[in-house]
Amino acid sequence: MADVTVGIVVFPGSNCDHDTEYAVASFPGVRPVMLWHNDHDLKDSDAIILPGGFSFGDYLRCGSIARFSPLMREVIEFAGKGRPVLGICNGFQVLVESGLLEGALIRNTGKKFVCRQSTIKVVNNSTIFTDGYSQDEVLRLPVAHGEGNYIASPETIESLEANGQVVFRYTDSEGRETDEANFNGSLGNIAGITNRQGNVLGLMPHPERASERLLGSEDGRRLFESLFRHVTGS
Amino acid sequence: MAYKAKIKVTLRPSILDVQGKAAQHALANLGYSSVESVRIGKYMEVTIEENSAVEAERVCAEICQKLLSNPIMEDFTFELEPVN
Repeated sequence: MADVTVGIVVFPGSNCDHDTEYAVASFPGVRPVMLWHNDHDLKDSDAIILPGGFSFGDYLRCGSIARFSPLMREVIEFAGKGRPVLGICNGFQVLVESGLLEGALIRNTGKKFVCRQSTIKVVNNSTIFTDGYSQDEVLRLPVAHGEGNYIASPETIESLEANGQVVFRYTDSEGRETDEANFNGSLGNIAGITNRQGNVLGLMPHPERASERLLGSEDGRRLFESLFRHVTGS
Repeated sequence: MAYKAKIKVTLRPSILDVQGKAAQHALANLGYSSVESVRIGKYMEVTIEENSAVEAERVCAEICQKLLSNPIMEDFTFELEPVN
């Protein structure tokens, strides 16, 4: 794989930034760079990752303050040029608050912060983030969030579905979209979506926490692999 | 001229309020069986320095839309009063 620079945005309160750095650095030829939210420099990144955590203490609404960090102007511009942006967990919340992705993420219906292994199904494997997976492949990825309940207007849901923007859904281990598997109450069991152009992905589960066997699952690796392959054009 | 804006941000009626529900259950446990529902929102006080009430109102509406509420899930209302 040719050289890839991956920018990881660090907000005050980000706490998966170094996990993401560690996972990204495990790919040959891939160099993570940390990007401070208050800067205006993407440091020649080929892809941007907004990591998980509790940016600005989740004040006001999750992701709402981070969305106005100075660096987000560059990130929005970067995404506007069709370049890849991945938001994981709190990063997904920042992406919906910033308008790069549609909808909103509200408190889990079960009231609880849920921290456990989840199973999700790849329902669109033709994106730059998921073409390393098989269609309908079931992945084991950990989740850890209190506000992952995805909502959007019926019209938005309809257009997301029609355009193949729903990429991941919560399912049981057999790939069935049951209510029990949908632990946070998301509409349509939605766990991850892209923008219309397909270059921005947000998901609540943590692929970086499932990136080596020692962590109990390697299912997150191919998401990064797919992305890096597309960045290098190989 | 300074104006104080008293802003209320509430979850839209269609949005499930799990926080309110938890509070309602606690009230039921306290014996308040007549409490049928609880919805929890946010109250904010913002001081705005502008030349006129019209300007202050414009700024207030703008900040509510841009940051203080998320129109996908919340509604907002506010009252404005001059500060002496």
